[in-house]
Amino acid sequence: MIENIDLSLVNWSRAQFALTAIYHWLFVPLTLGLSFILAFMETIYVRTGDEVWKKITKFWMTLFGINFAIGVATGIILEFEFGTNWSNYSWFVGDIFGAPLAVEGLLAFFMESTFVAVMFFGWNKVGKKFHLASTWLVAIGASLSALWILVANAWMENPVGMIFNPDTARNEMNSFRDVILNPVAIDKFTHTVTSGFVLGSVFVVGISSWFLLRHREEVMARRSILVAGIFGLVSSLAVALTGDSSARTIARVQPVKFASMEALYEGKTEAGLTVIGALTDSGERIGEKTVHDIKMKIEVPGLLSIMTTGQENGYVPGLKDLVNGNPEKGIIPVSEMIERGKYARQVLIDYKMAREIGDEASTAALGARFMEQEFIDNYFRYFGYSWFDHPWQVIPSVPVTFYSFRLMVGLGFFFILLFVLAISFHRRQTLEINRWFLWVALFSVPLAYLASELGWIVTEMGRQPWIIQNLMPVNAAVSNISAGAVQTTFSLFVILFTALLIAEVSIMVRQIKNGPKH
Amino acid sequence: MTRLTSAIRSVFLFYYEGFRTMSWWGKRVWLIILIKLCIIFLLLRLFFFPDFLKSNFRSDRERSDYVIEQLTGNK
Repeated sequence: MIENIDLSLVNWSRAQFALTAIYHWLFVPLTLGLSFILAFMETIYVRTGDEVWKKITKFWMTLFGINFAIGVATGIILEFEFGTNWSNYSWFVGDIFGAPLAVEGLLAFFMESTFVAVMFFGWNKVGKKFHLASTWLVAIGASLSALWILVANAWMENPVGMIFNPDTARNEMNSFRDVILNPVAIDKFTHTVTSGFVLGSVFVVGISSWFLLRHREEVMARRSILVAGIFGLVSSLAVALTGDSSARTIARVQPVKFASMEALYEGKTEAGLTVIGALTDSGERIGEKTVHDIKMKIEVPGLLSIMTTGQENGYVPGLKDLVNGNPEKGIIPVSEMIERGKYARQVLIDYKMAREIGDEASTAALGARFMEQEFIDNYFRYFGYSWFDHPWQVIPSVPVTFYSFRLMVGLGFFFILLFVLAISFHRRQTLEINRWFLWVALFSVPLAYLASELGWIVTEMGRQPWIIQNLMPVNAAVSNISAGAVQTTFSLFVILFTALLIAEVSIMVRQIKNGPKH
Repeated sequence: MTRLTSAIRSVFLFYYEGFRTMSWWGKRVWLIILIKLCIIFLLLRLFFFPDFLKSNFRSDRERSDYVIEQLTGNK
């Protein structure tokens, strides 16, 4: 596990993937959010004919273009890593990943590439309405691109709509509908995209505040703050709602992650939601995992039960229940899941041997088991547990998950307040005199990026040790290559991505300083 | 045919004019895009990121057998 910071192949591969994904995600949410803000601004321009709105739209479009261009293709590297570092995983997921990513590729290419060109080259060359339609299509296309990636990611957290083929060792999609309507995918899409809207809005409010602090472009800044403030407020409320829905889904399909997010070790009814708290070592252990106490806790009584079950006296299982089992609540112990997983693996071993010796009857009988719903529900769904020796190995890093979650949620509520104040000061025409607010808004821009990355840290660290929930742990997914090769490419990525980030920030800062006139 | 040729010509001129009159930042980011794509596809893809299963096995059957071996024998 990476928390032990040893230099194994698995850890370097994980670190490289995390690095690539984190850098990639620096570019994506601004594209998602800013594209819609551009569409709103241009719509106002087309409806009012006010040239100031055109100037405003073109200014933010420049920043959008810089971000879009620098971010393009940074996600492709993740696909390279799948094939090189994670070949067992890539093969095992089969076409489940391929289909959504292919759709994404086509959408991204045709919608974004075509209409982005119209957006930038089309001013005064195509009609106003056609240009506006292009801007909207870029915004919608960007979100739709994200949809397919998130569908693929959601499948890893809640694998549905597939059947395992023991002959090819691949999962084959048997219901595209189940894959796309996966509850995790729906929550993930709505939560992630709206969080991108929030980031885009914070960015616009923050940069506009800088102009007001410098007494420059005040009309543009005030108007931008109004559009981004309203869009940001609506989006951040949507983030809170979708986050609530997402938490309920996680509690159902990834209960260990949920309990880790809450550092909940003992299951309970009327469970309170910890707003703030500090984790300390209780001295107790679950296997080799530390059990934490929560000190300096501020808790809303009963809220966790209500959020997860809809009832104040609803039972929320803790990590001890989930690892050791709780027959009263119908929770199977992990030791039992390990046994069932090992049985499923034994069936696969028997199948492989029968095929090798040419025993057609046994091959057919054993192969058919992977099609039986009873075998899938009771054994194959625990296939990944067969890699574990101890039940406690299914517990992720509780402190990382707990703190990342709290910080992300805290920042989410802070942004709601930020947008309320932005709209309120705009209405009272007191934005310029509340300079403290302008400074806060400016320094909120990096906080929005932090919140966005923290969301992914909660998602991905919280589901460890799984790469595919219950089916494949991370250490089974890695390719048999040398750790040195991964270390080399890790270093290359640090250099490449840092250079790209410096390029983006420097060009963007220069363009912001130039302002809309240039 | 004439209409098609005219449409292609219009699209070409649209892009040509767009690139020709591009602002300094546009030219800068296009340069970055080209350098980035060269690094990603010509350097990283070719030399550092071969597809492990495609480069080590000749057929899907061999790849399947290898992965099954990994799933059943590797712990």
